[in-house]
Amino acid sequence: MDERAEVLKDGIWSALDRRGVSRRNFLRFCSVMAGALALPQRYAPVIAKALEQTHRPALVWLEFQDCAGNTESALRASHPSFADIVLNLLSWNYHETVMAPAGKAAEKSLHDTVVQEQGQYIAVVEGSVPTADNGVYCTIGGRAAMDIAKEVCSSAYATIAVGTCASFGGIPAAAGGVTGAVSIGQAVPGLRLINLSACPMNGANLAATIVHWLTFKELPATDNLNRPLFAHGDRIHDACPRRAHYDAGQFVQEWGDEGHRQGWCLYKMGCKGPSTNYNCPRVQWNDSTNWPIGVGHGCVGCAQPQFWDTMTPFYHTLPNVNGFGVELTAEEIGIGVVATVAGLSAAHAIGAGVKRQLEKPRAEKEPSAPVDASHPLETAPTNSQQVPQHNASSQEETPL
Amino acid sequence: MTRIVIDPVTRIEGHLRIEAEVQDGRVSDAWSSGTMFRGIELILRNRDPRDAWVFAQRICGVCTTVHALASVRSVENALGITIPDNARLIRDLIAGTLLVQDHVIHFYHLHALDWVDITSALKADPGATSTLAQSISTWPKSSKTYFKGVQDRLKAFVNTGQLGLFANGYWGHPAYKLPPEANLLAVAHYLEALDWQRDFIRIHAVLGGKNPHPQSYLVGGMATALNPDNESTINAERLGLLTQLVQSGQDFVSQVYLPDVLAIASFYKDWAAIGSGLGNYFAYGDYPTDVQNSPATYFLPGGLILNRNLSTVGTIDQHQVAEYVTHSWYSYNEGDKAGLHPWKGETQPNYTGPQPPYEFLNIDEKYSWLKSPRYNGQAVEVGPLARMLLAYAQGKPNVQSLVNGALAQLKVNTSALFSTLGRVAARAIEAQVMVNQLPVWLAQLEDNMGRGDLSIHDNTYWDPGTWPNESFGFGFHEAPRGSLAHWIHIQNGQIANYQAVVPTTWNAGPRDAQGQRGAYESALIGTPVANPEQPVEILRTVHSFDPCLACSVHVVDPKGREYANVHVM
Repeated sequence: MDERAEVLKDGIWSALDRRGVSRRNFLRFCSVMAGALALPQRYAPVIAKALEQTHRPALVWLEFQDCAGNTESALRASHPSFADIVLNLLSWNYHETVMAPAGKAAEKSLHDTVVQEQGQYIAVVEGSVPTADNGVYCTIGGRAAMDIAKEVCSSAYATIAVGTCASFGGIPAAAGGVTGAVSIGQAVPGLRLINLSACPMNGANLAATIVHWLTFKELPATDNLNRPLFAHGDRIHDACPRRAHYDAGQFVQEWGDEGHRQGWCLYKMGCKGPSTNYNCPRVQWNDSTNWPIGVGHGCVGCAQPQFWDTMTPFYHTLPNVNGFGVELTAEEIGIGVVATVAGLSAAHAIGAGVKRQLEKPRAEKEPSAPVDASHPLETAPTNSQQVPQHNASSQEETPL
Repeated sequence: MTRIVIDPVTRIEGHLRIEAEVQDGRVSDAWSSGTMFRGIELILRNRDPRDAWVFAQRICGVCTTVHALASVRSVENALGITIPDNARLIRDLIAGTLLVQDHVIHFYHLHALDWVDITSALKADPGATSTLAQSISTWPKSSKTYFKGVQDRLKAFVNTGQLGLFANGYWGHPAYKLPPEANLLAVAHYLEALDWQRDFIRIHAVLGGKNPHPQSYLVGGMATALNPDNESTINAERLGLLTQLVQSGQDFVSQVYLPDVLAIASFYKDWAAIGSGLGNYFAYGDYPTDVQNSPATYFLPGGLILNRNLSTVGTIDQHQVAEYVTHSWYSYNEGDKAGLHPWKGETQPNYTGPQPPYEFLNIDEKYSWLKSPRYNGQAVEVGPLARMLLAYAQGKPNVQSLVNGALAQLKVNTSALFSTLGRVAARAIEAQVMVNQLPVWLAQLEDNMGRGDLSIHDNTYWDPGTWPNESFGFGFHEAPRGSLAHWIHIQNGQIANYQAVVPTTWNAGPRDAQGQRGAYESALIGTPVANPEQPVEILRTVHSFDPCLACSVHVVDPKGREYANVHVM
């Protein structure tokens, strides 16, 4: 029995059940998707209903100048049973990294989709498209990437660029590159396009985009860079769990210092959260286990266009961060808190060496004050000016 | 004589093309070509060496982290930095976790469909599958009901007529030898492994913030904050989660992956005499078990084996590595026959191949974006088989017992290791060796934290003002696919030159100036091909190396374009 007949006869629940997807898991998926799309929970049944009625649409995944990091990220997307849902609700017809056939047989899978599902399928693009020298920097089956992109994306219902390379050119397009790498949007203008940027993009956002399309029969609303608002509507800095430390002037000053061990703000270590729009803090990674700032390293701004050039050097403090909320005096409050917290930690007596480290900075608190006056809320040094200050701070300031 | 082209080679990372000549049902010659180029090392020039790992990590998203590790090590080597013990342990844990996860994904999701005919699983008796499963493992998901459920799910999928990723596979090919029960078992574990890999890699999220592309490396250590008394750092709760995830890895490898590989291998013993190739095996060795980073302490030892002679293991000197471009789309100033050490690496892209669209490459001339690395002039194979042979030959008891156990179970002798099947088995054995070690490193990290040692970073040389005007560094790593190294030349606080020689370049590179074939090209010779339209046998040998092409194409150009470093905020 073909799938449509099967669904019509027994309904989506029986059909899903036969494929090992329980009703509970399916509803949970819809609920999670509603959350990912920032929709009210009452939309979960709407999503479920939309998916019930949907014939498995085709999807092809093209890889050009890529590292397959977005492919891996899609495989990591977690609950509930992302792989099950994608395998069962979409017909995932072409994806070099994971598909069974190779060579001509693989090309047949792509060709069949383009011909038979004309205007109906989703084209996912991973990696940039090289335009220099007649496209010799990326060929597949002897064809230039540009040639394949034009044919496949132009015939798709919509194109989803996954990762910053496909969205904005990414690392092959960074300064120093010689391959003429461009985004899929530049390579094939005029597409119905969604850019899921970040390096890699979060698989949860891909799932949410697809479900949005299946549910509402249209692509999600985007910003002026074609990025979905549900994923790129907020600044990392504004949703960061460490934001309170920023406002309180509690900054990590040196890797592994006491502030670092207390989960303080990484702004002074070069964090690019203030300049990056992404739902990283909310969705997090790997089944919401953690995210880069959560582990103790700054954001590198990977969801932004040209971040390889505009956000580097990564460890230099961002200039011109707009202040709001708590004002500059918070810095002084922060220093007081430093001393208090240090005292509390010392009371745990976890080791003589640790104690020594904790005691030392308190004695050296005074000299740090002038350097702290370079709080971002007050001054906006250029990046080059900031370098010596930053380096000076790691030597002169308290290693709190 | 028939010329076969496989392009794209799928179920790998990146863009690989194989051209092969087939005569009398066997491959008589082969050419391996990488067909994509990004130039990441060129992009690295003039940048802050402390940033290099973030860039270099993007060389590959499948073997993610390995380039980050080699990169920070190269800078630390150049500057003479010794990292704290905790940083060493966190790096070992991240790298070891990747190795285990990557090997499992490779077997089930990239390689298994060369050996497993999923359509045959439809005909399996679930009861017989259950009996088979319980005869090889204590893995609990082994009931008749369970396998019946998997089979029903597969049937329902096939009945939709939309086969997706499985459409146009070489199903029914005579080279598939597994009985239906073994095929059904493998399909079940294909699906289970898909779930397992997702969960197990959360170790990277805990220690690295995310996966793919963990983000906690630093030149001088790690940014992974340790503090048993804070909720946002590595604390008792996080250590508990790591312990649980490591345990899930031990369970899956010892009860599913390794037993499956040996069971499937028992039906394909003829492949223990196919795909041998060069017979030269190379590894730098890695996974230091002390801070000092001395080769004698490596958990996976390095060395060199020539001509399959396990009685003599040579030592490795990185100065003996050179790259050739005779058959690669680059040119050297002193002529294309020269071999250059990576510190002097020079490459000017020089595409001379056919203009796309094309049917065949000019195999007599240049035909790949990969260079040809050679060790002391020798073509060598790198990867899990090389490492397991080196550990075996050097008497590492954990490796010897697993290798001898596998050989005994399959009733074959050590010569069977030098083969396509040997690569598959060595990878599973290595995963077992590594997953057994993860709890040891985790316990050491816990001990250090318990003693109050929370150090993760050496700040001494963080400030570029403390650096010499010029320095050279070498950073190596034994990545899942084999020996990886980055060479860096730092001048006035910036990267003057950067070069990576990666596992798949060693294995998949084209012929060199002397006409010596690379490891893939060599291993393919003699591979049987029953049907040139469905060359599944060629895929078996190529996949046995676990190709990763994004890694392997790279360029350094000392005369590359300068760029203005832009800071727009």
